[in-house]
Amino acid sequence: MFHFSNIVRTKGDPKIVEGGPSLKQPVDQLARALGWFSIGLGVVELFAPRRVTETLGMEGHETLVRSFGIREIMAGIMTLSVEKNAGLWARVGGDGLDAAALLSGLTADNPKKGNIALALLMVGGIAMLDYRAAQDTKPRRPPRDARRKLYPNRSGFPKGIESVRSAARQIAHAGHNEVKQGDARRVP
Amino acid sequence: MKALVWHGKEDIRCDTVTDPEIQDPRDAIIKVTSCAICGSDLHLFHNFIPGMLPGDIMGHETMGEVVEVGSGVDGKLKKGDRIVVPFTIICGECEQCKRGNFSVCETTNRKRHLADKVFGHATAGLFGYTHLTGGYPGGQAEYLRVPYADATHIKVPAGIPDEQLLFLSDIFPTGWQAAAQCDIEPTDTVAIWGCGPVGQMAIRSAILLGANQVIAIDCLPERLSMAEAGGATTINFETESVLERLQELTDGKGPEKCIDCVGMESHVMASLPDTLLDRAKQMVMAESDRPHVLREMIYVCRPGGIISVPGVYSGLSDMLPMGAFMNKGLTMRTGQTHVNRWTDDLLRRIEDGEIDPSFVITHTVPLEQGPEMYQVFRDKRDSCVKVVLKP
Ligand SMILES: NC(=O)c1ccc[n+]([C@@H]2O[C@H](COP(=O)([O-])OP(=O)(O)OC[C@H]3O[C@@H](n4cnc5c(N)ncnc54)[C@H](O)[C@@H]3O)[C@@H](O)[C@H]2O)c1
Ligand SMILES: [Zn+2]
Ligand SMILES: [Zn+2]
Repeated sequence: MFHFSNIVRTKGDPKIVEGGPSLKQPVDQLARALGWFSIGLGVVELFAPRRVTETLGMEGHETLVRSFGIREIMAGIMTLSVEKNAGLWARVGGDGLDAAALLSGLTADNPKKGNIALALLMVGGIAMLDYRAAQDTKPRRPPRDARRKLYPNRSGFPKGIESVRSAARQIAHAGHNEVKQGDARRVP
Repeated sequence: MKALVWHGKEDIRCDTVTDPEIQDPRDAIIKVTSCAICGSDLHLFHNFIPGMLPGDIMGHETMGEVVEVGSGVDGKLKKGDRIVVPFTIICGECEQCKRGNFSVCETTNRKRHLADKVFGHATAGLFGYTHLTGGYPGGQAEYLRVPYADATHIKVPAGIPDEQLLFLSDIFPTGWQAAAQCDIEPTDTVAIWGCGPVGQMAIRSAILLGANQVIAIDCLPERLSMAEAGGATTINFETESVLERLQELTDGKGPEKCIDCVGMESHVMASLPDTLLDRAKQMVMAESDRPHVLREMIYVCRPGGIISVPGVYSGLSDMLPMGAFMNKGLTMRTGQTHVNRWTDDLLRRIEDGEIDPSFVITHTVPLEQGPEMYQVFRDKRDSCVKVVLKP
């Protein structure tokens, strides 16, 4: 597993002997999988919208499918980024839109309504995964109103700020008429 | 030995790795006694800076005891010496080192062919910080090989605890350089964005350098309280308008000096639409940085003023108001810190009791807990400001 990273090490640099635990959780893997799935589906919708509409008996809605493709790709990229939680919520919202669009095609005269029912089932299943993953990747930043430790006594100046300020004033005063090197302005 | 190893985005583990060895006569090996996690490490944790490989050891704020020296160290260091390791690896001999421009040392970047391509010219080698800066193993580990050790060290005396000295490796000189390159005059208002460890050091430095007024900007109450303790007037950018408050505090003229201690990962907020756009572009790799703070600084800075940027940017930034920057006659100074340019003076100030940089430490834990602490520090949980790790 570490072979690759060890091969590219500069000779003499430390190599991994035994890997430590990773903080990545199973839900991170799930998020990754959903992210790539989103991009894959998005690419199909964007570049082969006819295939999609034909399968669903919803010809004429190619533009809608294309725009859904762009949405899927964006949500996928976000899900693979540091903001995976936002990406997953975007996916949950997207699942809702997908379901609504599919339902609108579920008319009695649609010969492919079997496919639509199947697609709805799939969207439902994936929506559940999206929702689970979004729940479990909540950012762990403390909420804005969380109680926090404050540090009002950490000035960093053992002799106190006032002593630092007056020392600085004295130095400034002493150097008042000196012209800094390279300073041609000669401000009085 | 144990070391904190980068395995990918948000995946740092405490692995067992082989001990470092002397590779070059100018090397030394130290046994690490203390090391720290830096805001720059968070950019790597998020994989926002290109050039990391799985297996890279993290860490660039380290101190310890010399346990082995190469034959070329020339008596400059010996076994048993106590040193702080500057995060910039320096040769001490090239043209840039001679000018004190240590972070752009021309010798120490061992992967300069990469850096030459990306940045036009290679900069110095850095510990634990991407292959663009040499891919040197870092110091969040039990042992560290220090290349060019005859020049790359800060000798420190016994009798002062690690906690007071450790930050000579990076954040103290970084905050200091940020303030020093503002050419602070006694009448100046210095506005500082970001009250993380670097911002905290910049606040103290601006006060030591005699600023009339220091204004600190952040959104985290614990960090703002620490900024206030250090002598700053504070602005909470989540609840107040930064532009309005800065105008108020400077009689409508704007601060003469502005310091960016935030860098490429400025907070993303719905009320700051440019940050949303930057974040979206970052995701599709159409922009590498979120330069909200740069934009704000250029806009509020008093004409003729100076903008100092210790915050790290990695690649391309969009929509910088160059019109305002040029017409207001602003000056921008930036850079990775030339650590050794400042450390003699700063060590003396610590020894004299003028400043005690340990005020910033909120968490001290064993090295093994490092991976969790990356998360705590990143999420600003438990009022965390600075984490020190003990191997
Ligand atoms: N130049 C150097 O040599 C050098 C050395 C060390 C660190 N750095 C860089 O300095 C920066 C700060 O480091 P740190 O350790 O203090 O990190 P940090 O992440 O702890 O601090 C950043 C702070 O900025 C605040 N912030 C975010 N958006 C803001 C905004 N729009 N306005 C005001 N404040 C905002 C955050 O709340 C946080 O407190 C990082 O970019 C780091 O890489 C540079
Ligand atoms: Zn740093
Ligand atoms: Zn050099």
